[in-house]
Amino acid sequence: MRLNLTVATRDGTEFVRRVEAESGQKVADCYQCGKCTAGCPVTFAMDLMPHQVVRLLQLGLGDEILESKTIWLCSTCATCTTRCPRNIDLARLMDTLRSTARSAGRTKAGKGIAQFNEVFLDSVRRYGRAHELGIGLRYNLKTGKLFKDSDLARGWFLRGRLKVAVPKIRGVAEIDRIFNEIKRMEGGK
Amino acid sequence: MRYSYYSGCSLHATAREFDLSTRAVCRRLGIELAEIPDWNCCGATAAHSTSHLLGVALAARNLALAGEQGLDVLVPCAACYQRLAVARKEMDQNSELWKRVVRITGRDYTDRVGIKSLLEVLAGLDSEQLAAQVVRPLEGLKVACYYGCLLVRPPAVTGFDDPEHPRTMDRLVRLAGAESVDWDYKTECCGAAQGVSNEPVALKLARDILEVASRAGADCLVCACPLCQSNLDARQGHVNRAYGTSLKLPVMYFTQLLGLAFGFDERELGLDTLFVDPRPVIRALG
Amino acid sequence: MPRTGVFVCWCGSNIGGVIDCPGIAAQAAGFPAVVHSVDYKYLCSEPGQNMIIQAVREHRLDRVVVASCSPRLHEETFRKVLARAGLNPYLVEMANIREHCTWVHGAEKEQAQAKALALVRRAVAKANRLEPLFESTIPVTKRCLIVGGGIAGIQTALDVADAGHEVVLVEREPTIGGNMVKLDKTFPTLDCSACISTPKMAAVAAHPDIRLYTCAEIEKVTGYIGNFEVTIRRKARYVDHEKCTGCGTCWEKCPMQVPSEFNAGLGQRKAIYIPFPQAVPNKPVIDREHCRYFTTGKCQVCAKLCPAGAVDYEQEDEVFTEKVGALVAATGFQLFNWSRVYGEYGYGRYPDVITGLQFERLVNAAGPTGGKILRPSDGSAPRTVVFIKCVGSRDESKGRSYCSRICCMYTAKHALQVLEKVPGAQVYVFYMDVRTAGKGYEEFYQRAVREGVVYVRGRVSKVYRDGERLVVRGVDTLLGRPVEVDADLVVLATAVEPAAGAGETARLLGINADRDGFFQEAHPKLRPVETHTGGVFLAGACSSPKDIPDTVAQASGAAAKVVGLLSREQLSTNPMIAQVNETLCTGCFLCVPVCPYKALERRKITELLPGHPPREREVAGVNPGLCQGCGACNAVCRAGAVEVRGFTNEQLLAEVDALCL
Repeated sequence: MRLNLTVATRDGTEFVRRVEAESGQKVADCYQCGKCTAGCPVTFAMDLMPHQVVRLLQLGLGDEILESKTIWLCSTCATCTTRCPRNIDLARLMDTLRSTARSAGRTKAGKGIAQFNEVFLDSVRRYGRAHELGIGLRYNLKTGKLFKDSDLARGWFLRGRLKVAVPKIRGVAEIDRIFNEIKRMEGGK
Repeated sequence: MRYSYYSGCSLHATAREFDLSTRAVCRRLGIELAEIPDWNCCGATAAHSTSHLLGVALAARNLALAGEQGLDVLVPCAACYQRLAVARKEMDQNSELWKRVVRITGRDYTDRVGIKSLLEVLAGLDSEQLAAQVVRPLEGLKVACYYGCLLVRPPAVTGFDDPEHPRTMDRLVRLAGAESVDWDYKTECCGAAQGVSNEPVALKLARDILEVASRAGADCLVCACPLCQSNLDARQGHVNRAYGTSLKLPVMYFTQLLGLAFGFDERELGLDTLFVDPRPVIRALG
Repeated sequence: MPRTGVFVCWCGSNIGGVIDCPGIAAQAAGFPAVVHSVDYKYLCSEPGQNMIIQAVREHRLDRVVVASCSPRLHEETFRKVLARAGLNPYLVEMANIREHCTWVHGAEKEQAQAKALALVRRAVAKANRLEPLFESTIPVTKRCLIVGGGIAGIQTALDVADAGHEVVLVEREPTIGGNMVKLDKTFPTLDCSACISTPKMAAVAAHPDIRLYTCAEIEKVTGYIGNFEVTIRRKARYVDHEKCTGCGTCWEKCPMQVPSEFNAGLGQRKAIYIPFPQAVPNKPVIDREHCRYFTTGKCQVCAKLCPAGAVDYEQEDEVFTEKVGALVAATGFQLFNWSRVYGEYGYGRYPDVITGLQFERLVNAAGPTGGKILRPSDGSAPRTVVFIKCVGSRDESKGRSYCSRICCMYTAKHALQVLEKVPGAQVYVFYMDVRTAGKGYEEFYQRAVREGVVYVRGRVSKVYRDGERLVVRGVDTLLGRPVEVDADLVVLATAVEPAAGAGETARLLGINADRDGFFQEAHPKLRPVETHTGGVFLAGACSSPKDIPDTVAQASGAAAKVVGLLSREQLSTNPMIAQVNETLCTGCFLCVPVCPYKALERRKITELLPGHPPREREVAGVNPGLCQGCGACNAVCRAGAVEVRGFTNEQLLAEVDALCL
């Protein structure tokens, strides 16, 4: 389909401005050499290549990015950031795009990881710590894959490496406050 | 030498043996570990993927607590290390962010404590001091040192070792009497962050790393990150199932390897609780 | 009271389109000492100039203010106008109401008008206090010294010497020829690089007017345009070149093997050696660091076998001076050291990852492999060769931000050479852009594509070993897919950067280097071979990356400038330089260290005061040949004894008053 650049660049400006402000990265700096894509370990599973994400940003096509699996598949390994000849922190940019997608409620493309993040942070909020067993169980319940990794859980359990007791810290109220304050500051997400 | 000790959540559960071996090795080297009282989870990938501010704030509470102890923070887990280091660097460079975080956490972070990874601290020790503790040189053992992502990247944050060809762990391995093999997947991502939610991705990356290490002639792999360890060790069975491979490469923490050379018992180091049992390889050394 | 004339220029609509020029002229008529004030469309035009001359005569003007463009552009023009009108040319003052006013304030006309008027008032205030200045003359030493004996230095030397002036050519290596003579073929014509450069090298050696010093470096430069004195250190070569016949016995028998610099480390040379068979001079030197005699005290094989008795282990460095009128920097380039920073390409740990210059030696018939393209690791012929462009170029995080200009073309040449020499080879070029500005360049690149070179648009992220494989992990951004090549040989097109020691050369010559270390031209477009230091010129890649045609063209340009300078019997000096009022000078000499041109010196004077015996004391003195009139001494002088002519304290304060009061 032919892309109308006049419309895209006009309508996309605001989105790009927000992403740039939040991430501290200037997308115009990218000269599309593709070194990020060449070194990214997860491209085999991605629908958009990392350099294409930046290209879409340069043209103001935020929607296509928020619908993509790529931003959720990024493991934040920062190989791209480390090797970028233009000093763009692409890993940071991906972080921004994920949180943007989340606050816009557009997590469909990365449902699994978004749910995992939610369950994980829920544990942190409740106990101040990540309770691995609890996180695993709740994630499986949430996704309906009840027996996922149950062999690993059994293995850990038998080796005494799975803690059943919940590790609650004394300062959970402080942690709750952190979550609440941020929710307030970032406008209720 | 005394440090604030930030063990992180995993070291209390699935990465118990990293904690065990860290404490054992540090004790032997005269490094005192004072656990940060009431520390909380660093937030890991989930926090910074959700909100940048949340990632920094969760880490910052720990920095403030460590500040009260007045000691530099020692972190064994690569992931926790990187989160704390990122938070510290960003707050140091951005006073606006620092003020916001102080408001959010209700804790002042003014005593700027240093954040050091365990690998950095041990590799920084004098060779003679380390060699003096080696009572059982692991001669003949070929080890692939696997650093993963977060210990060395981004170099602007971590910076204690080379992001493309790190050498600190190799040096420790050689001091332990073993041979560190030259291989080029030292810092490739293992995909552990996707392990739960998107396992096929993690399995592919794990397979590549394990195969490259095997082809380089390694008998085992050592690492410094609980996420990498469980991904490469516990999921190795899943890798074999998914790819029809028959990989059987033990994946240990580098502290376990050091502990062995220092003469600790296999059980004291938790070597009996790994998925791919490293003991046959170790015992074959005689 | 002076009689000052004001001339306001419209510069077409550049000035006239923004402000009211007749209005300015009318108001300026009321300024102190102004007896005539007019405006005109183009003052720099022939009629405009004549109008000024006529007004000078008619109104007996003795000071002129021209309100127009920047003095950089036309001050010289209007000085000549005054001379033609019979006035001292330094009695003109310009008000820059274009660059400083209408060009930048086009949108705010009212304020522009006020600013222009203020600038004219300032100029009038200064003009009223201008004094006539007079140029003096200095003689010219009709010789030229060139630093660097690559193709740029060679071409400049030959051109200047052919014009009849003596040339001193100083080269720090044991041979001249530089980088060009190491190259195999030149793009896009594919003529043999050595074949076209060695005749020039020989011509240098044979030229009666060229004095060649190899193994030599400049150590000190004093003097000024037309009259430089250069101290040269010629390093000990441990071979008496007067006696040596270049027979070759010594290097054949020398037992020490050393990696050859000329072959970019791919081949070996001896400790007593000539860099390559056509070296100029064709006489060997001993590499003291690797010589067995120098390192162990035993050996002396070369001395024993030399039929001419030319080996001299006792030879010492010689230090001497040369007097010249002009200097040329032709220090050239070196390749960026990729192995220090490119960890993702292996930090130089893989022998089969080489640079373009190493490839040139591999493919050269006189090179270490006799012109066969063979892998350094095992000597086998590579089936798959990968070229990676922009290694260190266009890479701010690891190297240089600029484009090195020559890599696109030499990579296309290399790719073609692989196809020609290794039947059935596969060749991949990873690129970001293909830049082919030059005669026949684009056609040459297209030929490489047509003959089967696979161009892949994208940077390479990693070159690594996996068992026996050497894997190049890149991307095809046009496809939008990561790609991988199993390579036998990888060639990196590394960035061009200033030669080692260029910074020191710049310091010695008193010229500037830009942020990348390249020497700064006086003007990037209009004065490309001159520098801001009079009598010092630039040739070749020392000022920016250049290919051979551009280097040679620039070298001839520099030669033309040198010849122009040396063809004059004497030079007139700029009179707008510092002067010392000896009566006021207290002899604190704060001015001496601040002078960037070393123009201030201590001078003894004898003071005669009535009623006192004659008294000797030291004061500051200005060397008019060196002073560039920058005013640093003026600013630092506490006694107000040093002033710059044409910018005296009185003149400057009058300007400030005119603007502020």
